Amino acid sequence: MTRARGARRVILHGRTVVPGVVEGEALVSHEPISGWGGIDPARGVIIERRHELVGVCFTGKVLVFPSAKGSSGWSGFFQTTRLSGTAPIGMVIGRISAKSALGAVVTRVPAVTDLDADPCEVISTGDWVRIDNGLVEVFKK
Amino acid sequence: MFLTDDEKRMRDGAEGAAVAAAMDLLIRYGQALDADRLCDVRNVAGTMTQPSPVKARLVSEGGWDKAFAVINLDSDEDLEIPAMRVPTCQLQHGFGADALGVVPYPKQNIELQASAESFYGRHGVNILATCTPYQVGNLPMRGEHCVWMESSAVIYANSVLGARTNCEGTASSGAASLTGKIPCWGNHRDENRYGTHHIEVSVRVDNFQDWGMLGYFAGGVAGEDHPVITGDFGRPDLTDLKHFGAAAATSGGVELYHIPGITPEAATLSAAFNGARPPTAVGYGPAERRAVYDTLNEIGSSTDVDFVLLGCPHASVDQIRRAAAALDGKRLSAGTELWLMAPRALKDVADRSGYTEVIERAGGHVLADSCPAMSRAAPKGTRVFATDSAKQVHYLPAILGIEAWFGTLEECVDAAVTGRWHGELR
Repeated sequence: MTRARGARRVILHGRTVVPGVVEGEALVSHEPISGWGGIDPARGVIIERRHELVGVCFTGKVLVFPSAKGSSGWSGFFQTTRLSGTAPIGMVIGRISAKSALGAVVTRVPAVTDLDADPCEVISTGDWVRIDNGLVEVFKK
Repeated sequence: MFLTDDEKRMRDGAEGAAVAAAMDLLIRYGQALDADRLCDVRNVAGTMTQPSPVKARLVSEGGWDKAFAVINLDSDEDLEIPAMRVPTCQLQHGFGADALGVVPYPKQNIELQASAESFYGRHGVNILATCTPYQVGNLPMRGEHCVWMESSAVIYANSVLGARTNCEGTASSGAASLTGKIPCWGNHRDENRYGTHHIEVSVRVDNFQDWGMLGYFAGGVAGEDHPVITGDFGRPDLTDLKHFGAAAATSGGVELYHIPGITPEAATLSAAFNGARPPTAVGYGPAERRAVYDTLNEIGSSTDVDFVLLGCPHASVDQIRRAAAALDGKRLSAGTELWLMAPRALKDVADRSGYTEVIERAGGHVLADSCPAMSRAAPKGTRVFATDSAKQVHYLPAILGIEAWFGTLEECVDAAVTGRWHGELR
Protein backbone atom coordinates (compact mmCIF):
# COMPACT_ATOMS: atom_id res chain seq x y z
CA MET A 1 0.00 0.00 0.00
CA THR A 2 1.11 3.52 -0.68
CA ARG A 3 -0.41 6.95 -0.66
CA ALA A 4 -3.19 7.29 -3.28
CA ARG A 5 -2.29 9.70 -6.08
CA GLY A 6 -4.20 12.99 -5.88
CA ALA A 7 -5.66 11.99 -2.51
CA ARG A 8 -7.56 14.58 -0.47
CA ARG A 9 -5.27 15.79 2.31
CA VAL A 10 -6.32 16.68 5.88
CA ILE A 11 -3.93 18.03 8.50
CA LEU A 12 -4.40 17.60 12.23
CA HIS A 13 -2.39 19.43 14.87
CA GLY A 14 -1.69 17.83 18.22
CA ARG A 15 0.87 17.19 20.92
CA THR A 16 3.87 14.88 20.61
CA VAL A 17 3.73 11.82 22.86
CA VAL A 18 6.77 10.08 21.40
CA PRO A 19 8.87 12.18 19.01
CA GLY A 20 9.55 10.97 15.47
CA VAL A 21 8.38 10.80 11.89
CA VAL A 22 6.66 7.84 10.25
CA GLU A 23 4.13 7.19 7.52
CA GLY A 24 1.93 4.27 6.61
CA GLU A 25 -1.55 2.88 6.32
CA ALA A 26 -4.01 3.67 9.10
CA LEU A 27 -5.92 1.11 11.12
CA VAL A 28 -8.71 2.94 12.95
CA SER A 29 -10.50 1.65 16.02
CA HIS A 30 -13.55 3.57 17.19
CA GLU A 31 -13.58 1.61 20.43
CA PRO A 32 -10.91 1.77 23.15
CA ILE A 33 -8.24 -0.91 22.92
CA SER A 34 -7.29 -3.38 25.66
CA GLY A 35 -3.67 -4.57 25.89
CA TRP A 36 -3.56 -7.58 28.19
CA GLY A 37 -6.45 -9.85 27.23
CA GLY A 38 -7.20 -7.61 24.24
CA ILE A 39 -4.29 -8.28 21.89
CA ASP A 40 -2.11 -11.27 21.08
CA PRO A 41 1.38 -9.74 20.96
CA ALA A 42 2.90 -12.81 19.29
CA ARG A 43 0.72 -12.21 16.20
CA GLY A 44 -0.06 -8.48 16.55
CA VAL A 45 -3.79 -9.21 16.44
CA ILE A 46 -6.75 -7.83 18.39
CA ILE A 47 -8.47 -10.72 20.18
CA GLU A 48 -11.13 -9.07 22.38
CA ARG A 49 -14.32 -10.87 21.46
CA ARG A 50 -16.68 -7.92 21.61
CA HIS A 51 -14.28 -5.57 19.78
CA GLU A 52 -15.02 -4.12 16.33
CA LEU A 53 -11.52 -5.13 15.16
CA VAL A 54 -11.43 -8.67 16.58
CA GLY A 55 -9.11 -10.79 14.43
CA VAL A 56 -7.49 -7.76 12.73
CA CYS A 57 -3.68 -7.41 12.64
CA PHE A 58 -2.11 -4.02 13.49
CA THR A 59 1.50 -4.93 12.65
CA GLY A 60 3.10 -2.29 10.44
CA LYS A 61 0.04 -0.01 10.64
CA VAL A 62 -0.46 3.43 12.15
CA LEU A 63 -2.86 2.52 14.94
CA VAL A 64 -5.53 5.19 15.48
CA PHE A 65 -7.66 4.70 18.60
CA PRO A 66 -9.68 6.79 21.08
CA SER A 67 -8.07 5.52 24.31
CA ALA A 68 -6.60 2.57 26.18
CA LYS A 69 -8.76 0.50 28.48
CA GLY A 70 -8.54 -2.45 30.79
CA SER A 71 -5.53 -3.99 32.48
CA SER A 72 -2.30 -2.29 33.49
CA GLY A 73 -0.60 -4.86 31.26
CA TRP A 74 -1.34 -2.50 28.36
CA SER A 75 2.16 -1.07 27.97
CA GLY A 76 3.88 -4.39 28.63
CA PHE A 77 1.86 -6.10 25.91
CA PHE A 78 2.65 -3.38 23.37
CA GLN A 79 6.32 -3.48 24.43
CA THR A 80 6.17 -7.21 23.65
CA THR A 81 4.89 -6.45 20.15
CA ARG A 82 8.08 -4.43 19.63
CA LEU A 83 10.26 -7.25 20.98
CA SER A 84 8.33 -9.76 18.82
CA GLY A 85 8.41 -7.72 15.61
CA THR A 86 4.60 -7.33 15.49
CA ALA A 87 4.26 -3.69 16.61
CA PRO A 88 2.33 -0.91 14.93
CA ILE A 89 4.61 1.72 13.33
CA GLY A 90 2.89 4.71 14.92
CA MET A 91 0.05 5.65 17.25
CA VAL A 92 -2.57 8.39 17.01
CA ILE A 93 -4.27 8.50 20.41
CA GLY A 94 -7.53 10.35 20.98
CA ARG A 95 -7.19 10.76 24.72
CA ILE A 96 -3.94 10.02 26.52
CA SER A 97 -3.73 8.03 29.76
CA ALA A 98 -0.94 6.50 31.80
CA LYS A 99 -1.48 3.21 29.97
CA SER A 100 -1.31 4.55 26.43
CA ALA A 101 1.45 7.11 27.16
CA LEU A 102 3.73 4.46 28.63
CA GLY A 103 2.62 2.01 25.95
CA ALA A 104 3.71 4.37 23.18
CA VAL A 105 7.01 5.10 24.96
CA VAL A 106 7.98 1.43 25.30
CA THR A 107 6.71 0.51 21.82
CA ARG A 108 9.15 3.25 20.71
CA VAL A 109 7.04 4.45 17.80
CA PRO A 110 6.09 8.05 16.92
CA ALA A 111 2.88 8.90 18.75
CA VAL A 112 0.64 11.94 18.98
CA THR A 113 -2.43 13.01 20.99
CA ASP A 114 -4.62 16.04 21.86
CA LEU A 115 -5.48 16.66 18.20
CA ASP A 116 -7.65 19.56 17.03
CA ALA A 117 -10.25 17.11 15.62
CA ASP A 118 -11.31 13.61 16.57
CA PRO A 119 -8.77 11.41 14.76
CA CYS A 120 -11.10 8.40 14.87
CA GLU A 121 -13.67 10.37 12.83
CA VAL A 122 -11.28 12.17 10.45
CA ILE A 123 -9.10 9.15 9.67
CA SER A 124 -10.48 5.95 8.12
CA THR A 125 -8.89 2.52 7.96
CA GLY A 126 -6.81 2.37 4.79
CA ASP A 127 -6.03 6.11 4.68
CA TRP A 128 -2.34 6.97 4.33
CA VAL A 129 -1.12 8.77 7.46
CA ARG A 130 2.11 10.65 8.11
CA ILE A 131 3.01 11.50 11.72
CA ASP A 132 5.63 14.24 12.06
CA ASN A 133 5.94 14.82 15.80
CA GLY A 134 2.82 16.84 16.73
CA LEU A 135 1.51 16.99 13.16
CA VAL A 136 -0.65 14.35 11.46
CA GLU A 137 -1.12 14.45 7.68
CA VAL A 138 -3.96 12.30 6.40
CA PHE A 139 -4.27 11.31 2.72
CA LYS A 140 -7.79 9.98 2.23
CA LYS A 141 -7.92 6.77 0.26
CA MET B 1 9.46 18.87 32.79
CA PHE B 2 10.99 20.33 35.96
CA LEU B 3 13.58 18.11 37.67
CA THR B 4 14.89 18.59 41.20
CA ASP B 5 18.62 18.44 41.87
CA ASP B 6 18.45 14.85 43.13
CA GLU B 7 16.46 13.82 40.04
CA LYS B 8 19.08 15.44 37.79
CA ARG B 9 21.84 13.61 39.67
CA MET B 10 20.05 10.30 39.13
CA ARG B 11 19.53 11.12 35.44
CA ASP B 12 23.22 11.95 35.05
CA GLY B 13 24.41 8.68 36.52
CA ALA B 14 25.48 9.67 40.04
CA GLU B 15 23.68 6.60 41.40
CA GLY B 16 24.72 4.19 38.69
CA ALA B 17 23.69 3.27 35.18
CA ALA B 18 20.51 1.39 36.14
CA VAL B 19 19.14 4.33 38.13
CA ALA B 20 20.06 6.64 35.22
CA ALA B 21 18.16 4.39 32.81
CA ALA B 22 15.20 4.41 35.20
CA MET B 23 15.23 8.21 35.33
CA ASP B 24 15.52 8.39 31.53
CA LEU B 25 12.37 6.25 31.20
CA LEU B 26 10.51 8.40 33.74
CA ILE B 27 11.46 11.55 31.82
CA ARG B 28 10.30 10.10 28.49
CA TYR B 29 7.11 8.92 30.18
CA GLY B 30 6.53 12.26 31.92
CA GLN B 31 6.96 14.09 28.61
CA ALA B 32 4.52 11.68 26.92
CA LEU B 33 1.99 12.60 29.60
CA ASP B 34 2.84 16.33 29.47
CA ALA B 35 3.56 16.18 33.24
CA ASP B 36 5.29 19.23 34.71
CA ARG B 37 7.26 17.39 37.44
CA LEU B 38 7.80 14.10 39.27
CA CYS B 39 6.60 13.23 42.76
CA ASP B 40 8.14 11.12 45.51
CA VAL B 41 6.76 7.64 46.09
CA ARG B 42 7.63 4.87 48.50
CA ASN B 43 5.12 2.18 47.60
CA VAL B 44 5.54 0.27 44.34
CA ALA B 45 3.48 -2.74 43.24
CA GLY B 46 4.76 -4.05 39.95
CA THR B 47 5.59 -7.20 38.08
CA MET B 48 9.00 -8.69 37.48
CA THR B 49 8.75 -12.44 38.07
CA GLN B 50 5.85 -13.41 35.75
CA PRO B 51 7.24 -15.87 33.16
CA SER B 52 6.88 -15.13 29.44
CA PRO B 53 8.60 -16.37 26.29
CA VAL B 54 10.33 -12.99 25.81
CA LYS B 55 11.54 -12.99 29.41
CA ALA B 56 12.88 -16.55 29.12
CA ARG B 57 14.91 -15.47 26.08
CA LEU B 58 16.29 -12.37 27.84
CA VAL B 59 17.22 -14.35 30.95
CA SER B 60 19.05 -16.92 28.82
CA GLU B 61 20.94 -14.07 27.12
CA GLY B 62 21.90 -12.02 30.16
CA GLY B 63 20.24 -13.22 33.33
CA TRP B 64 17.60 -11.34 35.34
CA ASP B 65 19.62 -8.12 35.14
CA LYS B 66 19.05 -8.17 31.38
CA ALA B 67 15.34 -9.01 31.72
CA PHE B 68 14.79 -6.16 34.20
CA ALA B 69 16.74 -3.71 32.00
CA VAL B 70 14.72 -4.48 28.86
CA ILE B 71 11.26 -5.07 30.31
CA ASN B 72 11.17 -3.06 33.54
CA LEU B 73 13.35 -0.13 32.46
CA ASP B 74 12.88 -0.19 28.65
CA SER B 75 16.69 -0.02 28.30
CA ASP B 76 18.92 -1.82 25.79
CA GLU B 77 22.04 -1.32 27.92
CA ASP B 78 23.78 -4.00 29.94
CA LEU B 79 22.91 -2.94 33.47
CA GLU B 80 23.58 -4.34 36.90
CA ILE B 81 20.36 -3.97 38.83
CA PRO B 82 20.78 -2.56 42.37
CA ALA B 83 18.46 -3.17 45.33
CA MET B 84 15.04 -1.52 45.16
CA ARG B 85 15.25 2.05 46.45
CA VAL B 86 11.72 2.07 47.93
CA PRO B 87 9.38 -0.67 49.23
CA THR B 88 8.34 -2.75 46.22
CA CYS B 89 6.14 -5.80 45.91
CA GLN B 90 5.45 -8.35 43.20
CA LEU B 91 1.80 -8.63 42.14
CA GLN B 92 0.20 -11.85 40.86
CA HIS B 93 2.36 -13.92 38.52
CA GLY B 94 2.54 -17.50 37.28
CA PHE B 95 1.80 -20.69 39.19
CA GLY B 96 4.28 -22.21 41.61
CA ALA B 97 5.48 -25.76 42.20
CA ASP B 98 2.50 -26.55 44.44
CA ALA B 99 0.18 -26.25 41.41
CA LEU B 100 1.90 -29.14 39.63
CA GLY B 101 -0.49 -32.02 39.12
CA VAL B 102 -3.52 -29.71 39.31
CA VAL B 103 -2.85 -26.96 36.78
CA PRO B 104 -1.60 -27.87 33.31
CA TYR B 105 1.27 -25.42 33.33
CA PRO B 106 4.78 -25.68 31.86
CA LYS B 107 7.41 -26.86 34.33
CA GLN B 108 9.96 -24.52 32.75
CA ASN B 109 7.74 -21.56 33.71
CA ILE B 110 7.69 -22.73 37.33
CA GLU B 111 11.48 -23.03 37.30
CA LEU B 112 11.94 -19.64 35.61
CA GLN B 113 9.69 -18.00 38.19
CA ALA B 114 11.47 -19.70 41.08
CA SER B 115 14.77 -18.26 39.87
CA ALA B 116 13.11 -14.84 39.48
CA GLU B 117 11.78 -14.96 43.06
CA SER B 118 15.27 -15.73 44.29
CA PHE B 119 16.85 -12.85 42.30
CA TYR B 120 14.21 -10.25 43.14
CA GLY B 121 13.93 -11.33 46.76
CA ARG B 122 17.65 -10.60 47.08
CA HIS B 123 16.99 -7.16 45.57
CA GLY B 124 14.32 -6.32 48.13
CA VAL B 125 11.12 -7.17 46.28
CA ASN B 126 8.38 -8.52 48.57
CA ILE B 127 6.89 -11.52 46.76
CA LEU B 128 3.22 -10.96 47.74
CA ALA B 129 2.17 -12.75 44.53
CA THR B 130 -1.38 -11.46 44.44
CA CYS B 131 -3.57 -9.03 42.52
CA THR B 132 -4.86 -7.84 45.93
CA PRO B 133 -1.77 -6.56 47.81
CA TYR B 134 -4.14 -4.55 50.02
CA GLN B 135 -5.39 -7.83 51.51
CA VAL B 136 -1.98 -9.07 52.58
CA GLY B 137 0.12 -6.32 54.05
CA ASN B 138 0.38 -3.51 51.51
CA LEU B 139 -2.35 -1.17 52.72
CA PRO B 140 -1.42 2.38 51.70
CA MET B 141 -2.53 5.34 53.77
CA ARG B 142 -5.03 7.91 52.56
CA GLY B 143 -3.20 10.43 50.36
CA GLU B 144 -0.14 8.21 49.96
CA HIS B 145 1.46 8.45 46.51
CA CYS B 146 1.85 4.96 45.07
CA VAL B 147 2.97 3.34 41.85
CA TRP B 148 0.70 0.38 41.37
CA MET B 149 -0.08 -1.86 38.48
CA GLU B 150 -3.09 -4.21 38.29
CA SER B 151 -6.19 -2.27 37.36
CA SER B 152 -8.35 -3.87 40.07
CA ALA B 153 -5.80 -2.95 42.75
CA VAL B 154 -5.34 0.58 41.39
CA ILE B 155 -9.06 1.36 41.55
CA TYR B 156 -9.26 -0.12 45.06
CA ALA B 157 -6.28 1.93 46.29
CA ASN B 158 -7.61 5.18 44.85
CA SER B 159 -11.28 4.80 45.67
CA VAL B 160 -11.59 2.69 48.81
CA LEU B 161 -8.30 3.65 50.50
CA GLY B 162 -7.91 7.21 49.18
CA ALA B 163 -4.31 6.52 48.13
CA ARG B 164 -3.04 8.04 44.88
CA THR B 165 -1.86 6.02 41.91
CA ASN B 166 -2.31 5.96 38.18
CA CYS B 167 -2.73 2.63 36.44
CA GLU B 168 0.98 2.13 35.96
CA GLY B 169 2.80 -0.36 33.78
CA THR B 170 5.73 -2.76 33.93
CA ALA B 171 8.33 -0.17 32.91
CA SER B 172 7.06 2.77 34.96
CA SER B 173 6.81 0.64 38.11
CA GLY B 174 10.27 -0.80 37.47
CA ALA B 175 11.72 2.69 37.05
CA ALA B 176 9.90 3.91 40.18
CA SER B 177 11.26 1.02 42.26
CA LEU B 178 14.84 2.17 41.57
CA THR B 179 14.20 5.92 41.95
CA GLY B 180 11.20 6.48 44.25
CA LYS B 181 9.75 8.81 41.58
CA ILE B 182 6.79 8.90 39.19
CA PRO B 183 5.27 11.65 37.00
CA CYS B 184 3.02 13.82 39.20
CA TRP B 185 0.10 13.52 36.82
CA GLY B 186 -3.50 12.32 36.79
CA ASN B 187 -4.66 10.74 40.04
CA HIS B 188 -1.72 12.18 42.01
CA ARG B 189 -3.24 15.68 41.83
CA ASP B 190 -6.17 16.98 43.90
CA GLU B 191 -7.92 18.63 40.94
CA ASN B 192 -8.15 15.31 39.04
CA ARG B 193 -9.84 13.32 41.79
CA TYR B 194 -13.42 14.58 41.61
CA GLY B 195 -16.41 12.81 40.10
CA THR B 196 -17.34 13.21 36.43
CA HIS B 197 -20.41 10.98 36.04
CA HIS B 198 -23.34 10.38 38.37
CA ILE B 199 -25.01 6.97 38.47
CA GLU B 200 -28.25 6.69 40.43
CA VAL B 201 -29.09 3.13 41.48
CA SER B 202 -32.78 2.22 41.69
CA VAL B 203 -32.57 -1.56 41.87
CA ARG B 204 -31.39 -4.01 44.52
CA VAL B 205 -27.60 -4.05 44.98
CA ASP B 206 -26.76 -6.02 48.10
CA ASN B 207 -24.45 -8.92 47.30
CA PHE B 208 -21.18 -9.80 45.58
CA GLN B 209 -22.78 -10.48 42.18
CA ASP B 210 -24.83 -7.25 42.32
CA TRP B 211 -21.75 -5.15 43.03
CA GLY B 212 -19.86 -6.77 40.16
CA MET B 213 -22.69 -6.07 37.72
CA LEU B 214 -23.00 -2.48 38.91
CA GLY B 215 -19.24 -2.06 38.47
CA TYR B 216 -19.41 -3.43 34.93
CA PHE B 217 -22.20 -0.95 34.20
CA ALA B 218 -20.27 1.94 35.78
CA GLY B 219 -17.23 1.19 33.61
CA GLY B 220 -19.39 1.27 30.51
CA VAL B 221 -20.88 4.64 31.51
CA ALA B 222 -17.72 6.36 32.77
CA GLY B 223 -15.03 4.90 30.50
CA GLU B 224 -11.78 6.25 31.93
CA ASP B 225 -13.52 8.84 34.10
CA HIS B 226 -14.80 8.90 37.68
CA PRO B 227 -18.30 7.60 38.36
CA VAL B 228 -20.10 8.64 41.54
CA ILE B 229 -22.65 6.09 42.73
CA THR B 230 -25.72 6.91 44.80
CA GLY B 231 -28.87 5.00 45.66
CA ASP B 232 -30.61 2.94 48.28
CA PHE B 233 -28.19 0.04 48.54
CA GLY B 234 -26.68 -1.94 51.35
CA ARG B 235 -23.27 -1.10 52.78
CA PRO B 236 -20.63 -2.87 50.66
CA ASP B 237 -17.70 -4.69 52.27
CA LEU B 238 -14.11 -5.23 51.06
CA THR B 239 -15.14 -8.20 48.93
CA ASP B 240 -18.00 -6.33 47.24
CA LEU B 241 -15.85 -3.31 46.37
CA LYS B 242 -13.01 -5.57 45.22
CA HIS B 243 -15.48 -7.00 42.67
CA PHE B 244 -17.08 -3.65 41.82
CA GLY B 245 -13.72 -2.05 41.04
CA ALA B 246 -12.36 -5.00 39.08
CA ALA B 247 -15.48 -4.95 36.91
CA ALA B 248 -15.43 -1.16 36.38
CA ALA B 249 -11.76 -1.33 35.37
CA THR B 250 -12.59 -4.13 32.92
CA SER B 251 -15.58 -2.74 31.01
CA GLY B 252 -14.06 0.76 31.07
CA GLY B 253 -10.79 2.12 32.36
CA VAL B 254 -12.06 3.43 35.69
CA GLU B 255 -9.25 4.11 38.19
CA LEU B 256 -11.24 6.13 40.73
CA TYR B 257 -14.87 6.28 41.84
CA HIS B 258 -16.75 7.68 44.79
CA ILE B 259 -19.67 6.33 46.78
CA PRO B 260 -20.75 9.24 48.98
CA GLY B 261 -20.84 8.29 52.64
CA ILE B 262 -18.85 5.12 52.04
CA THR B 263 -15.58 5.90 50.23
CA PRO B 264 -13.26 8.33 52.03
CA GLU B 265 -12.91 11.27 49.63
CA ALA B 266 -16.62 11.98 49.23
CA ALA B 267 -18.66 12.43 52.38
CA THR B 268 -21.54 13.78 50.28
CA LEU B 269 -22.65 13.87 46.64
CA SER B 270 -21.69 17.52 46.52
CA ALA B 271 -18.21 16.79 47.88
CA ALA B 272 -17.74 14.13 45.20
CA PHE B 273 -18.13 16.88 42.58
CA ASN B 274 -16.10 19.49 44.51
CA GLY B 275 -19.24 21.49 45.23
CA ALA B 276 -20.23 21.74 41.58
CA ARG B 277 -23.68 20.68 40.49
CA PRO B 278 -23.64 16.95 39.66
CA PRO B 279 -24.24 16.08 36.00
CA THR B 280 -27.57 14.56 35.02
CA ALA B 281 -27.73 11.14 36.60
CA VAL B 282 -27.58 7.95 34.55
CA GLY B 283 -30.06 5.43 35.93
CA TYR B 284 -29.21 1.86 36.91
CA GLY B 285 -32.55 0.09 37.27
CA PRO B 286 -33.96 -3.38 36.56
CA ALA B 287 -33.55 -3.04 32.76
CA GLU B 288 -29.90 -1.96 33.02
CA ARG B 289 -29.16 -4.73 35.52
CA ARG B 290 -30.73 -7.28 33.18
CA ALA B 291 -28.73 -5.92 30.23
CA VAL B 292 -25.42 -6.24 32.13
CA TYR B 293 -26.30 -9.79 33.17
CA ASP B 294 -27.14 -10.75 29.57
CA THR B 295 -23.91 -9.19 28.27
CA LEU B 296 -21.82 -11.11 30.78
CA ASN B 297 -23.59 -14.35 29.79
CA GLU B 298 -23.71 -13.86 26.02
CA ILE B 299 -20.74 -16.16 25.35
CA GLY B 300 -22.34 -19.18 27.03
CA SER B 301 -24.36 -21.61 24.88
CA SER B 302 -23.60 -25.11 26.15
CA THR B 303 -24.79 -25.70 29.72
CA ASP B 304 -22.29 -28.53 30.26
CA VAL B 305 -19.80 -26.88 32.60
CA ASP B 306 -16.38 -28.47 32.94
CA PHE B 307 -14.56 -25.79 34.94
CA VAL B 308 -15.57 -23.44 37.77
CA LEU B 309 -13.30 -20.55 38.71
CA LEU B 310 -13.70 -18.56 41.93
CA GLY B 311 -11.47 -15.89 43.45
CA CYS B 312 -11.05 -13.14 40.85
CA PRO B 313 -9.67 -10.82 42.11
CA HIS B 314 -7.96 -13.14 44.62
CA ALA B 315 -10.43 -14.28 47.25
CA SER B 316 -10.81 -12.79 50.69
CA VAL B 317 -10.84 -15.15 53.68
CA ASP B 318 -14.58 -14.59 53.87
CA GLN B 319 -15.00 -15.75 50.26
CA ILE B 320 -12.95 -18.89 50.92
CA ARG B 321 -15.04 -19.62 54.00
CA ARG B 322 -18.28 -19.17 52.05
CA ALA B 323 -17.04 -21.42 49.24
CA ALA B 324 -16.15 -24.08 51.81
CA ALA B 325 -19.60 -23.77 53.39
CA ALA B 326 -21.29 -24.17 49.99
CA LEU B 327 -19.15 -27.25 49.16
CA ASP B 328 -19.31 -28.88 52.60
CA GLY B 329 -20.38 -32.53 52.26
CA LYS B 330 -20.76 -32.26 48.47
CA ARG B 331 -18.79 -33.91 45.70
CA LEU B 332 -17.85 -32.32 42.37
CA SER B 333 -19.24 -33.84 39.18
CA ALA B 334 -16.74 -36.30 37.62
CA GLY B 335 -16.23 -34.09 34.57
CA THR B 336 -15.93 -30.74 36.39
CA GLU B 337 -13.06 -29.04 38.21
CA LEU B 338 -13.25 -26.16 40.68
CA TRP B 339 -10.35 -23.81 41.41
CA LEU B 340 -10.43 -21.01 43.95
CA MET B 341 -7.66 -18.43 43.62
CA ALA B 342 -6.35 -16.71 46.76
CA PRO B 343 -3.32 -14.79 47.99
CA ARG B 344 -0.83 -17.33 49.40
CA ALA B 345 -0.90 -15.62 52.81
CA LEU B 346 -4.69 -16.04 52.97
CA LYS B 347 -4.48 -19.63 51.72
CA ASP B 348 -2.38 -20.24 54.84
CA VAL B 349 -5.22 -18.80 56.93
CA ALA B 350 -7.72 -21.01 55.07
CA ASP B 351 -5.51 -24.06 55.64
CA ARG B 352 -5.33 -23.36 59.38
CA SER B 353 -9.04 -22.68 59.58
CA GLY B 354 -9.93 -25.97 57.88
CA TYR B 355 -11.59 -24.33 54.83
CA THR B 356 -9.06 -25.74 52.36
CA GLU B 357 -9.66 -29.26 53.62
CA VAL B 358 -13.44 -28.92 53.14
CA ILE B 359 -12.97 -27.63 49.58
CA GLU B 360 -10.45 -30.37 48.74
CA ARG B 361 -12.67 -33.08 50.22
CA ALA B 362 -15.34 -32.01 47.72
CA GLY B 363 -12.77 -32.29 44.94
CA GLY B 364 -11.93 -28.59 44.55
CA HIS B 365 -8.58 -26.84 44.81
CA VAL B 366 -7.41 -23.68 46.55
CA LEU B 367 -4.57 -22.21 44.47
CA ALA B 368 -2.28 -19.24 45.04
CA ASP B 369 -0.09 -16.79 43.12
CA SER B 370 -1.87 -16.68 39.78
CA CYS B 371 -5.11 -17.25 37.87
CA PRO B 372 -6.19 -18.92 34.60
CA ALA B 373 -6.14 -15.60 32.72
CA MET B 374 -2.63 -14.60 33.89
CA SER B 375 -1.20 -18.04 33.20
CA ARG B 376 -3.39 -19.00 30.23
CA ALA B 377 -4.14 -22.24 32.02
CA ALA B 378 -7.36 -24.14 32.65
CA PRO B 379 -8.10 -27.82 33.24
CA LYS B 380 -7.26 -29.85 30.15
CA GLY B 381 -10.10 -29.98 27.64
CA THR B 382 -12.10 -27.11 29.18
CA ARG B 383 -14.77 -25.92 26.75
CA VAL B 384 -17.22 -24.21 29.11
CA PHE B 385 -16.39 -22.46 32.36
CA ALA B 386 -18.44 -20.71 35.04
CA THR B 387 -17.35 -17.98 37.42
CA ASP B 388 -18.70 -15.49 39.92
CA SER B 389 -16.32 -12.79 38.60
CA ALA B 390 -17.41 -10.19 36.05
CA LYS B 391 -13.75 -9.58 35.25
CA GLN B 392 -12.79 -13.18 34.62
CA VAL B 393 -15.92 -13.86 32.53
CA HIS B 394 -14.97 -10.86 30.37
CA TYR B 395 -11.35 -11.86 29.76
CA LEU B 396 -11.02 -15.65 29.91
CA PRO B 397 -13.15 -16.54 26.84
CA ALA B 398 -10.91 -14.32 24.65
CA ILE B 399 -7.69 -15.61 26.21
CA LEU B 400 -8.53 -19.33 26.12
CA GLY B 401 -11.22 -19.52 23.43
CA ILE B 402 -13.84 -21.06 25.73
CA GLU B 403 -17.50 -20.42 26.60
CA ALA B 404 -18.44 -18.76 29.86
CA TRP B 405 -21.23 -18.37 32.40
CA PHE B 406 -21.46 -15.70 35.09
CA GLY B 407 -23.47 -16.21 38.28
CA THR B 408 -23.39 -16.30 42.05
CA LEU B 409 -21.00 -18.35 44.18
CA GLU B 410 -23.89 -20.73 44.94
CA GLU B 411 -24.74 -21.15 41.24
CA CYS B 412 -21.08 -21.81 40.45
CA VAL B 413 -20.84 -24.44 43.19
CA ASP B 414 -24.07 -26.01 41.89
CA ALA B 415 -22.54 -26.16 38.40
CA ALA B 416 -19.42 -27.80 39.80
CA VAL B 417 -21.49 -30.40 41.64
CA THR B 418 -24.02 -31.16 38.89
CA GLY B 419 -21.84 -30.43 35.85
CA ARG B 420 -24.67 -28.25 34.48
CA TRP B 421 -25.31 -24.52 34.46
CA HIS B 422 -28.65 -23.57 36.05
CA GLY B 423 -27.93 -19.91 36.72
CA GLU B 424 -30.45 -17.14 36.27
CA LEU B 425 -30.84 -13.54 37.31
CA ARG B 426 -32.70 -13.31 40.60
